[in-house]
Amino acid sequence: MGRRRTALIATLAAIVPLVLGACGSSGSGSGESGSSGDGDQQVTISYWQYTYATKVTEIKKLIKEFEAKNPNIKVQAEDYPHDQFQNKVFAAQKAGTGPDIVNIYNGWVAQFVKQKAIQPIPSDFMSTKDIKDYYVSTVQPQSGDGKFYSLPIAVRSLALFYNKDLFKAAGLDPNKPPQTWDELVADAKKMTVMTDDGRYKQEGFGWNVSGQGYHTFEEVLLRQYGVTPFSDDGRTVQWDSKPGGFDAYQFWMNMTMKDKIGTPDFNTDYSTAFLAGKAGMIIDGSFRLGDMKDAKFDWGVTELPVREAGGMKSNYASYWTNAIATGVSGAKLKAAEKFLKFLISEDVQKDWLKNIGEIPAGKSLSNDKDILDNAQYAPFAKALSYAHTTFFVNEDASRNAFIDATNESLLNNVPLADSWKKLVASQQKVRDDFFGK
Amino acid sequence: MTAAVHVRSVNLRRRRRVGTAVLHVVFLAGSVVVAFPFVWMILSSFKSIQDFYNFGFLPSVFDVSAYQYVFTETNFGRWYLNSAIVAIVVTITNIVFCSLIGYTLAKFRFPGARAVFILILSTLMVPTEMLVIPWYVSAVHLHLADTYVGIILPGVMEAFGIFLMRQFMLGVPDDLLDAGRVDGLGEFRLWWRVAMPLVKPAIAALGIVTFLGNWNAYLWPVIVIATDQMRTIPVGIALYATAVSNGIQWNTIMAMSVLTVVPMIVVFVIFQRQIISGIALTGLKG
Amino acid sequence: MVALEAARAPAGSSPPGRSRGMTLRGRRTRVAYAFLIVPILFYLAIRVYPTLQAFWLSFTVEGSPGLTLANYSRMLQDPIFWQSVYNTFLYTIITVPIEMALGLLLALGIDRMGRFRGFYRIIFFLPYMTSIVAVSWVWRLIYARDTGLLNEILVGLGLPAQGWLNDPDQALLSVAIVMIWQTMGFSMLIFSAGLNAIPKEFYEAARIDGAGGWKMFSRITLPLLNPTIVFLAIIGVIQTLQTFTQIANLTGGDAMGGPLHSTASIVVYMYQQGFESYDMNFASASTVFLFVLILIVTLIQFRVLNRGYKL
Repeated sequence: MGRRRTALIATLAAIVPLVLGACGSSGSGSGESGSSGDGDQQVTISYWQYTYATKVTEIKKLIKEFEAKNPNIKVQAEDYPHDQFQNKVFAAQKAGTGPDIVNIYNGWVAQFVKQKAIQPIPSDFMSTKDIKDYYVSTVQPQSGDGKFYSLPIAVRSLALFYNKDLFKAAGLDPNKPPQTWDELVADAKKMTVMTDDGRYKQEGFGWNVSGQGYHTFEEVLLRQYGVTPFSDDGRTVQWDSKPGGFDAYQFWMNMTMKDKIGTPDFNTDYSTAFLAGKAGMIIDGSFRLGDMKDAKFDWGVTELPVREAGGMKSNYASYWTNAIATGVSGAKLKAAEKFLKFLISEDVQKDWLKNIGEIPAGKSLSNDKDILDNAQYAPFAKALSYAHTTFFVNEDASRNAFIDATNESLLNNVPLADSWKKLVASQQKVRDDFFGK
Repeated sequence: MTAAVHVRSVNLRRRRRVGTAVLHVVFLAGSVVVAFPFVWMILSSFKSIQDFYNFGFLPSVFDVSAYQYVFTETNFGRWYLNSAIVAIVVTITNIVFCSLIGYTLAKFRFPGARAVFILILSTLMVPTEMLVIPWYVSAVHLHLADTYVGIILPGVMEAFGIFLMRQFMLGVPDDLLDAGRVDGLGEFRLWWRVAMPLVKPAIAALGIVTFLGNWNAYLWPVIVIATDQMRTIPVGIALYATAVSNGIQWNTIMAMSVLTVVPMIVVFVIFQRQIISGIALTGLKG
Repeated sequence: MVALEAARAPAGSSPPGRSRGMTLRGRRTRVAYAFLIVPILFYLAIRVYPTLQAFWLSFTVEGSPGLTLANYSRMLQDPIFWQSVYNTFLYTIITVPIEMALGLLLALGIDRMGRFRGFYRIIFFLPYMTSIVAVSWVWRLIYARDTGLLNEILVGLGLPAQGWLNDPDQALLSVAIVMIWQTMGFSMLIFSAGLNAIPKEFYEAARIDGAGGWKMFSRITLPLLNPTIVFLAIIGVIQTLQTFTQIANLTGGDAMGGPLHSTASIVVYMYQQGFESYDMNFASASTVFLFVLILIVTLIQFRVLNRGYKL
């Protein structure tokens, strides 16, 4: 009797999982790769991106369009949470179920190339020269070997967002945002409100390191102070190559330390503070435009400040870009190329701008009247002609090292000269570690 | 017996009543402090997103847009179902297997018992983060990726549960088991009919903790799940915590978290009665 | 109830006395192994094998063949690693005793709450049930330096505002408080189960003998709770030595590990190496270190806590 019950339980234990397994959805899997050259063979390719509602919807729509024009190609789109996206891709590739085309951040390209996860854009599809001609100058190779491994649809750049209501309340002209950095500091001081015991109630400028702050420092301020941040091959950090480097650092850090116009963790972070109407100005990317729809205050956006009137303009650009996975070949590769060509076409770029709000990356649209006439897009679009991307080897490590070094001064009262040395050294170390020195 | 004893017992009773009253006050105050963040969470789920950024305690206007969004724009219902299936199955398998193994380790002295126990315990000492990628590779090879079995399998037995049941099984009197053996009960029967009822509180506790752990599990599900149809709740919440077009919809996340905790409370209420009810031990004299 | 089955004589009837005992023992051993064989195999496959893989990985470096200790020397020379080890110890020493003590007090006290027992159990267990992502956000708001509730209260009372999560000297403590807040409900639950396993007869007998509250507690409750205490202490230490989620959610995002790495634990360090820098080989080295550390600590705990009780 005991034995019978044991048998019953054992049988149940065996059956239940099998039943459940049948109920689960079938695993993902790309279809067969047809033999090369046969255009009528059905090919299925997979496209992976991180979950961003408007992008997911847009890609679904674009896929429908593409499949209608290319009946023998099927595209399977999958999306995953941003914070686990890279893990997911690497894990899947290890297991052999990785995507054929993967949409990645330009700062990840170097890592993906190092992990041998993606292949260079085939030169018979688009040569390096073709790509450079096609895109605005912002789009550059993101790995040390000068090859392009991916193709973007749209680009994001930075601009100065400002709260017109707060301007008015501080006695500033809401239609005259600051043009130079000194003006910015002066305006911000007027909009900063502190409690009696030295805590912020309102900040004039959303100063931060880990948001867009370090990008602003590296690609805007440093350049405006005469320093080219990195060597062309990305191996050398050149911030200390001229005294201008430290001057830029001092100026930037003093915004929060001496001038006290803002602090990174006020109201959680710079963008939350601005959206809540508690920050006078922030420097942020075009991706913030979507959030601003809900803003309950009057706001504007303008190009980033310069050092002196007529001085050098600079900006930081980044983009999400589409790469082909290693190992994709034959009919699948041809299908992938066709899909990519469709994705980066002018029409798609325009549609992308309308629905996602990212500025087209193609050179042909860089002087598009509709874009330049739009008060919201104009500052971002104009910036593309002088914006630089950063060749990241390990963005997380670089950013963490940056935060650590600046925190020495911000939290530990270390003199700026010392934290500057630490900052430059740690940035160099990240690159040395990557290149295996 | 005498007046002195009577006075003493009255004083004792009074002291006890005052003590209990003080205890009540302490508990009430403590529960306010402890529940406070949770209450804030609930209130935040009823704010509009603009309201949220002002970080006040109460919503300025009672707003259900977050809940509307959850029910209309997301696949929350499906996620709920998936989480329920996974959590329930894993809880059952853990209760069965962990108590079986725990019983064996507690009640049987055999060569290698200690080594087996340490081996099982040692698996607790490796963080799951290191295991998910090898698990994923195996899952794909076994065609279990993106299936219920795939999500469930690594959690079927947990060292935590084995350890817990073993500790409680230690408290089951050996005399009772020996008496059962004399009566001719098979070992399996002994486990099921004699030992298990005696450790009901432990089973209830294990059930609660296992259900909870799997209801809220994130790392393994996010790696093994590929399609939206198979997502569990934490994976769904993560999508909205990291990238929605209107920025992080914190009020939506709060709403989802409130909805997530409700079944947990139900499970807890059901199981905790098992823990409260005392066990009357009969047969001790036997 | 107890069914009456014909007593089964052991194979080949044996004389009573010692030899019968041995055969019984032999049969019990076989039964024990029968109960254990499937789970053990499952365990080896699911947990032990990938762990061994990870350990193996720690002795290799991407790009160079053969086994090497390079990962270990790099790790042992990294000041951030040692900071994370120090932090991990602090977390464990601070949170485990406190949350266990609170859990016991709650379990004992709730018994006296009468019809409010269920209500209080739910309240104090809520922190453990709620999603850490949502709850961390609320805690961040409470701890915020400029607009947070705690500082508002402090300033209102005339005390200086504190940095909490932003102050390298206070961040770890701030995270530890949240950890205690979350886990004391769990201890309470397990202690409740343990308390209820103590037969009421013992207390009745003691009361008849005139024992007071403290005597009953120290002579009956505490000793009989020993398996529960052992369990909670060991599980608590093992889990705390592996903290990750609370740290990642409270001080995470940009600088997981807090201001100047003041909240980073060993697992945070490992995660940053393995999942942000993608150096799984290097990350595995910290896994091995952590494993050895936990193993040693646990064995010591068993020895110390299990006095008089069989392992």
